[in-house]
Amino acid sequence: MIVDLIDYLRDRLPTVIRCCYAVLAALVIIDIFVDKHHAHTWIEHYPGFWALFGFIACVAIIIISKWFGHQGIMTREDYYDN
Amino acid sequence: MITDTWLHPSLILICGALLLPFFKGMARRTFLILIPVLTFINVWQFSPEGMWGAVNFLDWQLIFGRIDRLSQVFAYIMSLMCIIGTLYGLHVEDDLQHIAAWTYVAGSLGVIYAGDFLVLFLFWEVMAFSSVFLVWFRKRENSLAIGFRYLLVHTAGGLILLAGILLRFKETGGDISFVHLDVTNPSLYTYLIMAGFMLNAAVPPLHSWLPDAYGEATVTGAVFMCAFTTKTAIYALARGLAGMEILVPFGVVMALYGVVYAVLENDCRRLLAWHIISQVGYMVAGVGIGTELAINGACAHAFAHILYKGLLFMGCGSVVHMTGKSKFTELGGLYKKMPLTFVFTLIGGLSISAFPLFSGFVSKSMIIAAGFEKHIYWAGFLLTLASAGTFLHTGLKVPYFIWFGKNNCSQETWDKAADPPWNMQAAMFIASFLCILIGSYTPYLYKMLPNPVEYHPYTAYHLSETMQILLFTALGFFLLLKKLAPEPKISLDLDWFYRFGGRGFLWLAKKPIQFVDSCVGEIYRVVGLGSLMTVSDFWSWFDWHGIDGVVDGIARSVRTLGDTVRRAQNGQMQFNIFWAATIAACLLITYVFS
Repeated sequence: MIVDLIDYLRDRLPTVIRCCYAVLAALVIIDIFVDKHHAHTWIEHYPGFWALFGFIACVAIIIISKWFGHQGIMTREDYYDN
Repeated sequence: MITDTWLHPSLILICGALLLPFFKGMARRTFLILIPVLTFINVWQFSPEGMWGAVNFLDWQLIFGRIDRLSQVFAYIMSLMCIIGTLYGLHVEDDLQHIAAWTYVAGSLGVIYAGDFLVLFLFWEVMAFSSVFLVWFRKRENSLAIGFRYLLVHTAGGLILLAGILLRFKETGGDISFVHLDVTNPSLYTYLIMAGFMLNAAVPPLHSWLPDAYGEATVTGAVFMCAFTTKTAIYALARGLAGMEILVPFGVVMALYGVVYAVLENDCRRLLAWHIISQVGYMVAGVGIGTELAINGACAHAFAHILYKGLLFMGCGSVVHMTGKSKFTELGGLYKKMPLTFVFTLIGGLSISAFPLFSGFVSKSMIIAAGFEKHIYWAGFLLTLASAGTFLHTGLKVPYFIWFGKNNCSQETWDKAADPPWNMQAAMFIASFLCILIGSYTPYLYKMLPNPVEYHPYTAYHLSETMQILLFTALGFFLLLKKLAPEPKISLDLDWFYRFGGRGFLWLAKKPIQFVDSCVGEIYRVVGLGSLMTVSDFWSWFDWHGIDGVVDGIARSVRTLGDTVRRAQNGQMQFNIFWAATIAACLLITYVFS
């Protein structure tokens, strides 16, 4: 059943991707109407702030980590072997 | 339930461990489940708050059972995890693995209930010396070396802790009680005790032992290890050092450090290990913030973490168990072969990522909220950033590169891949159920926390914030998927220093020190020994001919005289008269003529 469901979604990948984009857009739109009195800082009051934060955080983590890794931190698997 | 006596739960586990080899077949399996269940029931129902298990030892009163809300929440989840872990490893025929795991859990519970530093130290060491077997029992080529590294690092940590305990004992005039230390005016001993705890919590730079050992432990051993050592250390920090502000930057660095290394990691269990460091970073920061909400958050997150991290290690462990492979570059596309394992691991991934309705959502946010409420904004934002990284790896990278993505499996790996035996699935099911229960029904966890809870995670703002962060992280993941493709590499870390430091020491001992030692030996042989022999020869000669000569000469003279006198006294009267008369005549003639 699980496999069938996954295969069903994979067969309709373009539609699934379009739905995902629609969800992302909906999230930002909904955020305009969300009560923000729980927010701790002024910047959080901008609609879609956390969407931007999440996206930039993800991109920054990947790019900075990979850059860091390729500065000599990532090395061959038998590095510690005698 | 109120009782007059209290039985230490560690005692049940240790007795169980000792008796286990006497059981065989079905009875053994029943016994394997019974002992952790009894331990859990004992913790849950028969451990009333108070001080129990006081033992007089030398001048001290040792407390084995300090039971309050803080110790109870940790003991509850640890004994529960022991049931799940043992069920997961039910198929393991080797008794020693179960014995090591139970002794390890007994050590953790001993620390949790310890009322003084001596008992704490005793169980602290029990944990280290029993858990190392869970690495050694993997029996791979490098298991022995990894185990010894793990043991040496923990022994060093134990000694630092002991040094702190002894200094405190001296400074306070004999106080060994394990209570909250003065964090506003910390002494040297406060820092030493903190460092000892921090090593077990894997706080950088004292963290490299964790991915090293957890990535290489046995499949079932890693499930135990990921739950106990670091969370016991969090308990100890929360008990002794809540509000120690230096822990906030340490915790934030930890949370980010684990995320960075997880990007580079190619081994699924090592990736999960890096995320332990990241998640424990939240708890360390929570302890450092120190408010009631933050301590609640640290405890809640430890509780949730034990379950979802155990679940993730069980999911990836199932892949290792079935296929023998753990590297992303040797896996991929397995959803058709291991669908249930995929679902369980995904639930673990969504829980650690703090998705609404999953456990991390109701625990992690407490710590971040506590940071914002105390106006430590930088910590709040950086911890939120790290949570994006958590979803990126554990929620997306692990499931994607094992169950989807490019199929890197060899034919042999593909043929072997299948969902694991029933007991492993059952354990994953229970952990999954609890992850969802905690996230969906907050009173279950919140009622157990040490402080009263006035926190509501399910607000519209928090939901909107979380969903935006998570789903836009997912967007970034899929856009940069090619950059995240696993590479068959390892990443150098701070263990480089002691691994090469150890080799450097060995080289120093083998080459220069041994060379100098050989030279000294040769010089001694040629110069020292030769001259010594000459001097000895002289003294030997002197002794023989000089001292012995004199002594022996006197002795010989006395003997000769005695002999002569003896022969002179032979009892023949005529000779005596002859000699007496002769001598008398000689004397008379001499007198007359002189």
